Amino acid sequence: MARAVTPRRKLVNTGLAWAVGLLIFFPILWTILTSFKTEGQAIASPPIFLGFDWTLENYSVVMERSDYGRFLMNSIIIAGGSTILGLIVAVPAAWSMAFVPSQRTKDILLWMLSTKMLPAVGVLYPIYLLFIQLGLLDSRAGLVVVMMLINLPIIVWMLYTYFREIPGEILEAARMDGATLKEEVLYILTPMAIPGIASTMLLNFILAWNEAFWTLNLTAVDAAPLTAFIASYSSPEGLFFAKLSAASTMAIAPILILGWFSQKQLVRGLTFGAVK
Amino acid sequence: MATQQSRSAARLMMAPAVVLLLGWMLVPLIMTLWFSFRTYLPLRGGDQGWTGFDNYVRFVTSSAFWPAVQTTLMIVLGVLIITVALGVLLAMLLDQPMWGQGIVRILVIAPFFVMPTVSALVWKNMFMDPVNGLFAHLWRFFGAEPVSWLSDAAMPSIIMIVSWQWLPFATLILLTAIQSLDSEQLEAAEMDGAPPLKRFAFIILPHLARAITIVILIQTIFLLAIFAEIFVTTGGAFGTRTLSYLIFQRVLESQNIGLGSAGGVYAIILANIVAIFLMRIVGKNLDN
Amino acid sequence: MPLGNALRAATALSLITASAAFADGHATTITIATVNNGDMIRMQGLTDDFTEKTGHTVEWVTLEENVLRQRVTTDITTNGGQFDIMTIGMYETPIWGANGWLIALDDLPAEYDVDDILPAMRGGLSHDGTLYAAPFYGESSMIMYRTDLMEAAGLEMPTAPTWEFVREAAAAMTDRENDINGICLRGKAGWGEGGAFITAMSNSFGARWFDEDWNAQFDTQPWKDTLEFYVGMMNESGPAGFATNGFNENLSLFQQGKCGMWIDATVAASFVTNPDDSTVADSVGFALAPDNGLGKRSNWLWAWALAIPAGTEKEGPAKEFIQWATSTDYIELVAENEGWANVPPGARTSLYENPNYQEVPFAQMTLDSILSADPNDSTVEPSPYVGIQFAAIPEFAGIATEVSQEFSAVYAGQQTVDEALAKAQAITNEAMEAAGYR
Repeated sequence: MARAVTPRRKLVNTGLAWAVGLLIFFPILWTILTSFKTEGQAIASPPIFLGFDWTLENYSVVMERSDYGRFLMNSIIIAGGSTILGLIVAVPAAWSMAFVPSQRTKDILLWMLSTKMLPAVGVLYPIYLLFIQLGLLDSRAGLVVVMMLINLPIIVWMLYTYFREIPGEILEAARMDGATLKEEVLYILTPMAIPGIASTMLLNFILAWNEAFWTLNLTAVDAAPLTAFIASYSSPEGLFFAKLSAASTMAIAPILILGWFSQKQLVRGLTFGAVK
Repeated sequence: MATQQSRSAARLMMAPAVVLLLGWMLVPLIMTLWFSFRTYLPLRGGDQGWTGFDNYVRFVTSSAFWPAVQTTLMIVLGVLIITVALGVLLAMLLDQPMWGQGIVRILVIAPFFVMPTVSALVWKNMFMDPVNGLFAHLWRFFGAEPVSWLSDAAMPSIIMIVSWQWLPFATLILLTAIQSLDSEQLEAAEMDGAPPLKRFAFIILPHLARAITIVILIQTIFLLAIFAEIFVTTGGAFGTRTLSYLIFQRVLESQNIGLGSAGGVYAIILANIVAIFLMRIVGKNLDN
Repeated sequence: MPLGNALRAATALSLITASAAFADGHATTITIATVNNGDMIRMQGLTDDFTEKTGHTVEWVTLEENVLRQRVTTDITTNGGQFDIMTIGMYETPIWGANGWLIALDDLPAEYDVDDILPAMRGGLSHDGTLYAAPFYGESSMIMYRTDLMEAAGLEMPTAPTWEFVREAAAAMTDRENDINGICLRGKAGWGEGGAFITAMSNSFGARWFDEDWNAQFDTQPWKDTLEFYVGMMNESGPAGFATNGFNENLSLFQQGKCGMWIDATVAASFVTNPDDSTVADSVGFALAPDNGLGKRSNWLWAWALAIPAGTEKEGPAKEFIQWATSTDYIELVAENEGWANVPPGARTSLYENPNYQEVPFAQMTLDSILSADPNDSTVEPSPYVGIQFAAIPEFAGIATEVSQEFSAVYAGQQTVDEALAKAQAITNEAMEAAGYR
């Protein structure tokens, strides 16, 4: 709620908030700026902030060297696919936890979260061997499933907290009118939970996009996403700050843009039931 | 109240999620347990049979074990303290009326969208490099000797990098919680002449308790497993070897799957201890 | 039922993505995992020539060195079959070859002229006399120094200097005011980074990793001498933060004119003498890596080589690629496009007999360095292992990475030489026991 404050206080607030915001954002801004410099200017002392010769050379070098489009496509498919698949599995589970709770509901929820604590490096060999057996190595399908499983606990929990906030009376009323379970979920719950579902999807998409262990270790060519793309630009020989910056910018730009457009949704929806 | 029929329907609806997660947990877990009792050296002819508890004893008596546990907990704790403290302050600031609130919010949450590898690379090279990094330039500008961050202050540097990544998440959740705070209550307290510090301690903080527990729970889950940040920046040197990094070294660098798997089992145990501890607090906080 | 629908949708989704993933498996496309260094990236740019000649296309998986190692090792030990060619080094090749994981390169055609490969490289990439990987380029290490600074200091670099001379010269060249460090050396943790340097250096001080019964030797005087000399010299004349400097960091420092001397891989010579990247390109001299008069110099031997994992179904095309990439024709192709100074060095004898290449200023010193390195006899006292800057046993990479982390902590001033050596001794013996040597 916007409270009435004196203009002076508002000015102070604004100044402070902008200063802090820019400070936090600065590393990203600096990376983006550096990506338009030449390698020489990127390490110039003292550093050049804006007064350099803007160039797109780094981007063309990166584009020439790697098939950026394919990496990007894979990132979108893997993050998107795992989000959709995750929702399909999680919505019914969260629904039943929220509306037909039993004594074990809380235990199940917490157990689900605890599966996320399995250290990934410790199970690399088992999973890799399993993927060979199933022929899933370097396949998008395999990664979609893994990403879905990794984030499933978070999705279930988030959805559960949203569903719980939906008043039970509405459901009772619908049931009186003879709505089936399916109709109940599809036509009453889901629309009411749309904001919650949307922010769940967003969060899951971001987490899957940024996951860098499995996406790197279970792929080679066909399914390699942007996390693998960036692994070929870290510390090559000689000067590389500008090229690294260009590659970094290309890796984070799509998700950054998505995040910016949906920040209102994120701010409103990321509650995990924290708000009473 | 739920009928018998809706109960079984509910169970059915929960089944896919539960079965999938059970599989995702059990299959690797059983394979890890199996490997952990075997001498499994891929570069030396593979699986060489049972070895009892040797791997477990060896892993836990290794000079690297306890420091690694300590490092893990320090990183988790350090990041939690920083992100929660700064997150509360930032959320309160962002809740104030101001010009350009939307843009400031975007700036603040942006780090959350940066993949860990990229953020580690950017911090390491463009900021913390002792020769060409921005910090080095800044230090020289003020006439100071540049610090080589990732060797002389490796732990604080890593904690800082990770905190930068997670601060937006904490801020977001805390901000949502703060926005739901009853402003009348605050204003009434203000009217009564309660000083800001008191208002913060007795009204705002209790209101945020639940959100803070959520932040702690979710972040702990992710922080126990951080890997990319360490892999890229220090490679586990200078006292930054966490338990999961130690396992990585055993499994991939030393190619001793048996030993690494035993380490994996320890990591699961540690995670569960932390989890139970957390669940106690969170569970209480979530119930009411 | 929502469950039925959910499952059906999930299956459909997985099938769609799965078929999309499987659809583009093409018979004549080979997948190559490689490291992201300059020569390899240049090769990617020239792949069209290979496609033109053979009709096969190539998919590149280019990764940073540490990620590459992690990736290819997982794949080869589990027989994952993700790659048709892997870029590996002299450390991995004999071990993997002995395990039967690589296809022997013993049937290369006569025009490939396998005898032209430098004997040292061929030896290091073979197991029991069978070649398992073809060297793309080979390297030793040598001193690269600034002739102008050396002159200004009133000194002259001998072709085969001692460590004492190097230390004195470094001190004389150091000019902190102008940001010039007398010497830049690797200090970064990692067996292939600082670990490789200090191990090669220790050879010239009479140290060794193991005695003939595989006991760790870090409790011996030569190791203490090595570390103390290194730390003393670097504190006198090294750059700030050398504990985190690897090959790349030092290259960048040298190119910016911030180092008087740099002892590192011979392939760096072409980068520091390239006027496009280096501000000091016209004043670089070369000398053999230093020694201590004990009969061993401190230079190493390494090759990045191409190998074919035994599981591949595309053995034929993969072999064709290796023949193309490591041939004399490829060297000429690069020379045509980029000049002789940029051809991949250190692999073939004929390159050093080529009059065009002999004009390249660092050619002779590179060859001399490579020829003076012998992996089979690298230490002053007898040792049970093969390798100069490494011991070719499977456990070495893990042990040496941990040991070099202890050393880096010394460089950063976080512990003493004695503490680090005691820890190194414990780490090594612990690991060797776990592996069943002791």
